[in-house]
Amino acid sequence: MLGWEFPPYISGGLGTACYGLTRGLDEAGVEVLFVLPMPLPHDAHSHVQFRTPAWLAQAGQEEAAEPAGEEAPAEPTFRHVQMRALPVILQPYGTPESYREAVERLEQRGAGGQQEVEIPGLELPAGQGEAGEVGASPGMYQGDLLGQIRRYATLAVELARREKFDLIHAHDWMTYPAGLAVAAHTGRPLVVHVHSTEFDRSGENVNQQVYDIERAGMHGADRVVCVSYLTRGIVLSRYGVEAGKVKVVYNAVELPAGGDFDASPIARDEKIVLFLGRITMQKGPEYFLRAAQKVLTKYKKVRFVIAGSGDLTGRTVELAAELGIGRYVTFTGFLRGNDVARVFRMADLYVMPSVSEPFGIAPLEALSHNVPVIISKQSGVSEVLTHVLKVDFWDVEEMANKIVAVLRHPPLQRVLRQQGQIELRRLSWRDSAERCKTIYEELAR
Amino acid sequence: MASVVFYFQVHQPFRLRRYSIFDSGTNYFDDQANADICRKVAEKCYLPANATIAELIGAHDGRFKVSYSITGMAIEQFRLYAPEVLESFQALAATGCVEFIAETYHHSLAFLYRRDEFIDQVQMHRELMADIFGQDPQVFRNTELTYNNDLAAVAEEMGFRAVLTEGADHILGYRSPSFLYRAPNCRDLRLLLKHYRLSDDIAFRFGNRQWESWPLTAEKFADWVDRINGNGYVCNLFMDYETFGEHQWADTGIFEFLRALPGAVMAKGDNDFLTVSEAIDRYPVSGELDVPHMISWADMERDISAWLGNSMQANALYELYALTDAVRGSNDARLIEDWRKLQTSDHFYYMCTKYFADGDVHKYFNPYESPYDSYINYMNILDSIRARLGQAAS
Repeated sequence: MLGWEFPPYISGGLGTACYGLTRGLDEAGVEVLFVLPMPLPHDAHSHVQFRTPAWLAQAGQEEAAEPAGEEAPAEPTFRHVQMRALPVILQPYGTPESYREAVERLEQRGAGGQQEVEIPGLELPAGQGEAGEVGASPGMYQGDLLGQIRRYATLAVELARREKFDLIHAHDWMTYPAGLAVAAHTGRPLVVHVHSTEFDRSGENVNQQVYDIERAGMHGADRVVCVSYLTRGIVLSRYGVEAGKVKVVYNAVELPAGGDFDASPIARDEKIVLFLGRITMQKGPEYFLRAAQKVLTKYKKVRFVIAGSGDLTGRTVELAAELGIGRYVTFTGFLRGNDVARVFRMADLYVMPSVSEPFGIAPLEALSHNVPVIISKQSGVSEVLTHVLKVDFWDVEEMANKIVAVLRHPPLQRVLRQQGQIELRRLSWRDSAERCKTIYEELAR
Repeated sequence: MASVVFYFQVHQPFRLRRYSIFDSGTNYFDDQANADICRKVAEKCYLPANATIAELIGAHDGRFKVSYSITGMAIEQFRLYAPEVLESFQALAATGCVEFIAETYHHSLAFLYRRDEFIDQVQMHRELMADIFGQDPQVFRNTELTYNNDLAAVAEEMGFRAVLTEGADHILGYRSPSFLYRAPNCRDLRLLLKHYRLSDDIAFRFGNRQWESWPLTAEKFADWVDRINGNGYVCNLFMDYETFGEHQWADTGIFEFLRALPGAVMAKGDNDFLTVSEAIDRYPVSGELDVPHMISWADMERDISAWLGNSMQANALYELYALTDAVRGSNDARLIEDWRKLQTSDHFYYMCTKYFADGDVHKYFNPYESPYDSYINYMNILDSIRARLGQAAS
């Protein structure tokens, strides 16, 4: 299994999904060798408790990230999972400073210098190891990303020579070149897992290099797994992939262990409406604020909390001011671990106004914290949830209508919570893993 | 001798338009959708079914009888959108082979909340039946066959001779719905119970090709009816009239089945057809039926959880009837009429969360994308009613 992020080093839903799926596969008795790039250090999480694999969060992780796949200790609850860390930086949303730092650490270890591997169907530049903008999406993909992707592929092929496996499962575009290269060198079947596409991330201003990598990965794979039919539609229409090999496996959520609720909720007469996610065009923060402005014409005892960061953070702060609702809007910055759980538990309502959302795990997390949910119809998760409120992301009046209704009518909150809990229990990673297992078995035959 | 008692329910709600918190108008109804649906169902069901019934009455020299309950909501929409349907019902009334049953004019759940409002709505419906069909109904059915002992007492007090309800297994136990029963707290009121298995064979299973008895022929069904002989008197076939052509499409052969059924039934022994009043005139009461809790003909549960099964439904009904005194005392005829149309049980059925995720019959009849959308819309309209009463929003 070729991954890009894994808890606690996550910038979005991908790490959460990879963790959940791996856990489900473990339960289903599938042997998983999970290959990860070396994580970038974050300065924010030293005080945070993660209920995720301890192998990275524990002291001594530096040693775990030795070049070319020194074995890292897996979380004790995994029975069939092994982890391998490769000294590569795959971190598209990092800051230039953190990138520089990580490169310096790699250089100190003398990790460079291998011969680069061929990627079937792709021309990629050789790794430069230098920070600098890549491609046409400024602020998003930083550092010499393409070079690092190639380096990841090279190291993965090297690792593959020493490991036994029946099949390659690669998550999202950054690992597709590695998947293609390992498949070419070993003759094993390749599954690529599409958690999002360049069209979801960048609208119509697609980065051509990223698109080419995605396309090569999808066409070169034996099976393409999509996180929703919405995404499957994009894979068929925008990437021209043969329909027969494109399958859908929905994401799921892990229910939090009970008893971790704050004993002393803040006494307040204000309701909290939460936006949580990257502040980017794709996530629709603008629609959230325009709906908020309408809500405030009917309901004043409310605070709109925007949790997250992204390239539109500044613009979104300005928009709140322009709309004259600044004092009702709170920006928390990027939240991790317990802070995420805490903000969910404070919320009276979670809104996901995404313009384009391949799946969207956050609404499931909100439900798992017993928070009612409004999601945009332009999301994969709306294919699996029925006991939530749904709106078109652009219909801010309807969004406001529904927000006001949830705030005003306790019976509506109650039924959404009750039914949401029941529905949530039907979405398990074990089921998603079983679907993947079926796909593996078809290919292994 | 076994007597088939056909009773058909005819109802169309005034569906609500999308009404957001930012709306301020006082027209709450989706006139376009209501007109379209009324005309569509008239074409597919009411007109061809009435023509078939008229033809059968003629062909069998008045020995084929049926009973109808038609809500005030349906009659009003026929007047607005399909007057020829109303005329064809009046023509059926004139044959003398058709009996009309009383119910609440607005197809409401008022009995559960306000007795005064309930009695007024039943009176309105009685007057409507007298006015358009020249009949004074002797038999009562409450909305969706909701029923308990209290309802029996009130119906008897209002002068009705019988009430129709569901022959629910959990009420009947080993007893048969083919006998007549009385309520424990009434002097003489009769109960006619729906034979749900045979009724649902027509209403729900007729077109189902996976059903072991498919295809259902009139002869096969007449055999089943004939088996009641020796263990009962009546075969109460109670169903929505929309069964014919709307729930079971014409291409299932449902009209051919209906056309052939009277002949097939009457060909066996001396089986016949009766209206509801004829049935209570002819047959004795065989036992007492104690129904302390509300039953209905809905869902597997046969209770009222389809309309009052979650907090949203309970809240919407509570808030609706909390306005009763203010509305009734307002002397504003239009306001009273709007408020009464909001009492139609369908609005609460749309808020039902049972089976919602499974996409079953609840979803088929639901003009909303979800029960939540339906509740939000309804509560926004109640706000508007409150504003017209000069009350602040809750």
